[in-house]
Amino acid sequence: MNGTIPVWHSIAIIAVIAVVTAALRMLPFVIFGGKRTTPKIVLYLGHVLPFAIMGMLVVYCLKDVSVVEYPFGLPELIAGVVVALLHLWKRNTLISIVSGTLLYMMLVQFVFV
Amino acid sequence: MKKAIRSAFIKSLPVLAGYLVLGFGFGILLQKAGYSIIWAFFMSLTMYAGAMQYVAVSLLSGGVSLITAAITTFMVNARHLFYGISMIEPYRGAGKYKPYLMFAMTDETYSLVCSGKGPEGVNFHQYAFFLALFNHCYWIAGCVLGATVGTLVSFNSAGVEFSMTALFITVFVEQWKTTKNHIPAIIGVLATLVCLLIFGADSFLIPSMIMIGLLLCLAKRQIEGKGDN
Repeated sequence: MNGTIPVWHSIAIIAVIAVVTAALRMLPFVIFGGKRTTPKIVLYLGHVLPFAIMGMLVVYCLKDVSVVEYPFGLPELIAGVVVALLHLWKRNTLISIVSGTLLYMMLVQFVFV
Repeated sequence: MKKAIRSAFIKSLPVLAGYLVLGFGFGILLQKAGYSIIWAFFMSLTMYAGAMQYVAVSLLSGGVSLITAAITTFMVNARHLFYGISMIEPYRGAGKYKPYLMFAMTDETYSLVCSGKGPEGVNFHQYAFFLALFNHCYWIAGCVLGATVGTLVSFNSAGVEFSMTALFITVFVEQWKTTKNHIPAIIGVLATLVCLLIFGADSFLIPSMIMIGLLLCLAKRQIEGKGDN
């Protein structure tokens, strides 16, 4: 493991990430799980948040893409559109993800160099 | 119980593909950063978080402080708070299955458990438990496979991290097709874009989540009027 940080530091980082993640997942149950009924606003958010959060995640994945510097986000745009269209057409997760990823890899390795 | 296991397995198959590919990409990236298969195994076992594991590779490479790791994890994974909120009712009374169900709440597991009530005549909590378990196993398998291949084969893997983007786009499209009410999805995208522009790529997640929460509450009447959600 040359050129990486000391083992204890790696383990510590991983432990922190694991604990924070688990805590975030358990917190709602700890706060709201005991009471008999969940507040209506909480239930409502529970229904609509997933849609909004997925939109947020797509943007999050593209957060470092620059539209003013070469390649201007074109590989992401092209591959992203292909994924969306392919999925609308075939509704097959495997095909959509693999095709899109391979296309993107080809674009950044051979086209937009 | 057999029926729960079988129906969970069938339901989990789309995720099998996604997780093998996504986990594979993570394994490759991790191996490139200088970490062996064992690390891939334990990270996927204990963290079990797709997007976060990708980010973790950069955190490890950067040798960041524990505080930085904690804050970054909070920002990237805070959405799991919301997943938990929507699973409070479905998971009520899950007994011995509950700890693992809570722990294993990933984006994909969440969207699978959310889509539909679960099969007829099957204990929902048992079914959800095995669904989560299968997904976890696929994930571990993908990560270990990626790390193994990365160790044995050298090829130009530039761009493999796009698999995560592809996965989220796929789920987004799936969700879009399941409802006529697109306001929440649009709020999600626009609010995040705005916050990205204002706050920059390193600090926009928390403002985005606050803005999304606010807008969803403000638009409650319009959204509920449209039904479907």
